[in-house]
Amino acid sequence: MNRFSYARPGSVADAVREVGSSPAAKVLAGGTNLVDLMKYNVERPAHLVDVTRLPGLKEIEETGEGGLRIGALVSNSDVAYDPRVQERYPLLSSAILAGATAQLRNAATTGGNLLQRTRCYYFYDAATPCNKRAPGTGCPAKTGVNRIHAILGTSEHCIATHPSDMAVAMAALEAVIHASGPNGEREIPIAEFHRLPGDTPERDTNLGADEVVTAVTLPTPRFATNYTYLKLRDRLSYAFALVSVAAAFDMEGGTVREARIALGGVAHKPWRVPEAEAMLKGVVPERGAFAMVAERILQGAQGYGGNSFKIELARLAIIRALSQAAAGTPQSQTDKRIQ
Amino acid sequence: MHETHFGSPRNRVDGRLKVTGAAPYAGEFTAPDLAHGYVVSGAIAKGRIKSIDTKAALAVPGVVQVFTHENRPRTAFRSNAYQDEVAPPGKPFRALYDERIVYSGQPVALVVAEDFEIARYAASLVQVTYEAEPHETDLEKVRGKAYVPPVKRQGISPPPKPRGDSEAAFGNSPVKMEAGYRIAIEHHNPMEPHATTVVWEGDERITVHDKIQGAQNSQSYITSVFGLPNSDVRVISPFVGGAFGSGLRPQYQLFLAVMAALELKRSVRVVLTRDQMFTMGYRPDGLQEVALGANQDASLQSIRHDLIANTSTFEDYQEATVNWSAMLYHCDNVTTTHKLATTDLYTPADMRAPGAPTGLFAMESAMDELAYKLGVDPVALRLRNYADIDESTNKYHTSKELRAAYQLGAERFGWSKRNPKPRSMKEGRELIGWGMATGAWEAQMAQTSARATLTADGRLEVATASADIGTGTYTILTQIAADALGLPMERVTTKLGDSSLPKSPVEGGSWTAASAGSAVELACHKVWETLFKYARGMDGSPLANADIDRVTFHDERIALVSDPSRYVTLNDALKAGGVEKIEAEETAAPSKLTQMRYNSFTHSAIFAEVRVDEELGQVRVTRIVDAVAAGRIINPKTARSQIIGGVVFGIGMAMHEESMADHNLGRFMNHNLAEYHVPANADIHGIEVIFVEEHDTLTSPLGVKGLGEIGIVGTAAAIANAVFHATGKRIRELPITIDKVIGTPEAV
Amino acid sequence: MADLDLPARQGFTPDAPSAALPGEIPLTLTINGERRELHVRPWTTLLDLLREDLHLYGTKKGCDHGQCGACTVLVDGQRINSCLALAVSKDGCEVTTVEGLAAPDGALHPMQEAFIEHDAFQCGYCTPGQICSAVGLVQEGHARTPDEIREQMSGNICRCGAYTNIVDAIEDVLAKETAK
Repeated sequence: MNRFSYARPGSVADAVREVGSSPAAKVLAGGTNLVDLMKYNVERPAHLVDVTRLPGLKEIEETGEGGLRIGALVSNSDVAYDPRVQERYPLLSSAILAGATAQLRNAATTGGNLLQRTRCYYFYDAATPCNKRAPGTGCPAKTGVNRIHAILGTSEHCIATHPSDMAVAMAALEAVIHASGPNGEREIPIAEFHRLPGDTPERDTNLGADEVVTAVTLPTPRFATNYTYLKLRDRLSYAFALVSVAAAFDMEGGTVREARIALGGVAHKPWRVPEAEAMLKGVVPERGAFAMVAERILQGAQGYGGNSFKIELARLAIIRALSQAAAGTPQSQTDKRIQ
Repeated sequence: MHETHFGSPRNRVDGRLKVTGAAPYAGEFTAPDLAHGYVVSGAIAKGRIKSIDTKAALAVPGVVQVFTHENRPRTAFRSNAYQDEVAPPGKPFRALYDERIVYSGQPVALVVAEDFEIARYAASLVQVTYEAEPHETDLEKVRGKAYVPPVKRQGISPPPKPRGDSEAAFGNSPVKMEAGYRIAIEHHNPMEPHATTVVWEGDERITVHDKIQGAQNSQSYITSVFGLPNSDVRVISPFVGGAFGSGLRPQYQLFLAVMAALELKRSVRVVLTRDQMFTMGYRPDGLQEVALGANQDASLQSIRHDLIANTSTFEDYQEATVNWSAMLYHCDNVTTTHKLATTDLYTPADMRAPGAPTGLFAMESAMDELAYKLGVDPVALRLRNYADIDESTNKYHTSKELRAAYQLGAERFGWSKRNPKPRSMKEGRELIGWGMATGAWEAQMAQTSARATLTADGRLEVATASADIGTGTYTILTQIAADALGLPMERVTTKLGDSSLPKSPVEGGSWTAASAGSAVELACHKVWETLFKYARGMDGSPLANADIDRVTFHDERIALVSDPSRYVTLNDALKAGGVEKIEAEETAAPSKLTQMRYNSFTHSAIFAEVRVDEELGQVRVTRIVDAVAAGRIINPKTARSQIIGGVVFGIGMAMHEESMADHNLGRFMNHNLAEYHVPANADIHGIEVIFVEEHDTLTSPLGVKGLGEIGIVGTAAAIANAVFHATGKRIRELPITIDKVIGTPEAV
Repeated sequence: MADLDLPARQGFTPDAPSAALPGEIPLTLTINGERRELHVRPWTTLLDLLREDLHLYGTKKGCDHGQCGACTVLVDGQRINSCLALAVSKDGCEVTTVEGLAAPDGALHPMQEAFIEHDAFQCGYCTPGQICSAVGLVQEGHARTPDEIREQMSGNICRCGAYTNIVDAIEDVLAKETAK
């Protein structure tokens, strides 16, 4: 771990000032990803801004439209087990509980989870080239060990994935991220929060370097009955997704009023294809339609050898997740039988 | 003496220390002058260090020294001085020896600082420039250059000589089965990273706390490499946080810590990072071909099993892999071969049952495939070809209750309810598969010495230099000693893991219970004889005419069994002998005569149930029954845990574990526990262990065969066979990950 | 391979000496019931503070990256990986380690007793983390069935493979808690 200075601001405004004080400043919240990366010399901040004591960011509050505002410092456990979240956004609760471990969920925060970085082996190993960690050095993953890498939205510079489960559910729920910066507050729809690698893979999100995430709001709940979070991985717990699917329907009688489908483990951001979701509008949910939706979502998917299986796995997972959501039988995160 | 503890379930005697966090491991010993070493690992697979710049690191306040090949203190010149007790033939790797890079992750510098964090930070500032040379880490690419190792590894049997004519018999067999199999490279990954704390005692004397499965192996390595007398080096490692073979050979952190301590004349600790746990030995990659020929009556006519395994460029690592195929079944025509091919990786290392789970994954998968070709039940096929003697060496078994293991295991599992047809058993969306396999491991005994000391307070101490790496050695030796003198276990203390204790080989190969156990029993018996002699010889002894078989030791009295009122107190007996304590050291060794005529193995029949999501290919291992024939069981509680642990290791091998190398970079890439998956709690369900009754008077004086390895052997094959039964898909390459399940077509 | 800058060079440039770089920062922690006034550098993790500064070696370092759970301790009653927590950020917190579970008279915590009785460990290195995690699990109250225990204990890797015995031990303690 490199040497750094440390500040523990007492207000969001002070935190923003501290973060803006140095281009190499970093925000420390739960630490579950940042401290990890600092020990690997992947992150080497000059200044650490400990936001854990900021007031007002640890609450889950009503928005007034039936939605919830989750403070950036609310732990993943506290979100997942909050009765209001469980009742209104069980998809989010389920996705969080599909990720990491009890210990990590107790420490990790909502803001930190959104900002966690890729698990790409090369990104993590400072002895190897990586365009995300060291721009311009190359991407050995494309021709190397890429079992866990992206099949959608990749670029010649980077094929990393975003590892969060929580963010996948939030993408399906169209959460809005609130950030505070030198010019005040702004709202960023989650679809615009994470980026594709393009030719700047070093940038994971559109959050400004001088901005601090303060909250996530969830819109009026509509997906509490027909939903699922289905995660496939290399062991039955404590592993990142090879492919995950958050699926939810807003049903009207027997037909779909609106469908939401987001994929994890396949791209540099939670992957949504609104055109594919629209294909289900007004239809009676059934397998044939799900298969066409899966094809549409995976249009243009590209494998790199070790991860090529993900295209077929994602297709099967989408169909199954949509079936679970339609049947109102969400995937249990403790009984590992797939529903 | 009356046995009350042997054979009874007992809690671990070191349990309290372990559940309170009071048991000290190698990296937890400390000293007032302790400095911390942090290893800098190399980035390329092959080539040389062009330059190494340590200025920035040395400039960090608190850094004591940075050691590289350029300033390494003098150590032994000849490479064979670095050969430890279990080294394979070749030239052992020597850390910081010169500028050559022979594998990726090789240690290239050691930063020593006043505290751990300074050392870690300064290590990141060491600037290394390399000149890379072409490397090869892919076994597939070098299989054409495979060779039979010219020098046999000590203690490892090479494949037996061929018998009969397997090629002709295969050609003539009406039913043939031929396929290739492969396992993944696995790293041991004990929970405790490798660590060494060297305490500088002054005057060139050091006490070393090393993560090692044999304190004396580290001691002799240190004395040989650094030219120190035995008397100046004491190795004390009372607790080892798992090893599974990674602690058999001294690892490079031992060398680095001792080197730094001797040079700096102060105490030094070096703890490896989890990533660095992937820069040492591993279970080797192996390309295997098995060909089986049988008659329609299911009798095996021909067995051929060929292996090409990888090794390093500097040592010829060998393990018994194909030998099992030559001994397990009755067959007149058998050929087994074992070749090596060099890769620019570190030397492989013994890992839990080295060779056996690799070879038997192939052989026992092939047997399952043959059973389907023949249309016979997999258990019936094995019984049909049951071998009563070891035909590979033409020796008898000291005991072999494998037949009973098949039977008891099958009964407990409910095997008779199995519909043999693949994809025939289903519940909901899950296909259910039942598979089985045979396991075998050598029951070995190795010459071991132990000391027993009875003191006037009625306490007994037994001691040997061996180790308890979680196996339960402390507990079973305490049981044996307590029984030998008729003491409650609370009055017995067992000491292990200290090079100054009576001589013992490394703790491994499943030989410790039989070997250390026999030595302890001998030493205790000697103490008992001496005590009785003193008691009987006492002036006016009430036991003057007693026979040693007619007395007991109880409440510090040596008393007649028939009349406990006639006794001599311990104190009086010691006085009569003119001593304050009775001490005896004895050595137990295997019988050469027995070894000439017999082979001794543990056997198992392992049954597995998997549930596979029909569509998505997710496999869950939901039930295992392992019936084990391993002679007498000293402690059914810890013994069961040993088998369960082995089975979990086998589930990891079957389902999860794979060290993935980037062959372009020549480097393992998933070098951490987030991406190298060992089973988590959620992956493990019911594991039932059956100990089959097996009487063996030949394998060891205690009738004990050892349990550390047998649990893993066959497990992966049983699971792969169950996956086939569930899905109709034959997966011949481990681990059985979801991509292989969805990507493998159903066999016709 | 063409676009790869093979790692001919390894190492980082040192951080510029800065007046802003901190000395030791004061920190108050209550560890196993004892209030401690400490001074730490900001890069010291809670785990390293416990082990290296306070010599509370019961909390184990298995991976130092939140991948194994051996370092699990309870902070304000919640189980966390102490390897990923910077000590400074826990100022004012209550920390319970494995050394703090037994009663002052030495009587073991019921979870420690159950681990011994069910032989829920072998080498013992993951054990303090398993036990702290299990104590946290009972307090959280989200696990009752074996499936739930398995999932909720999956953050603690046991390479010796004592999982089934660990689940038995925890079920035992949960049953006794419920019976109370």
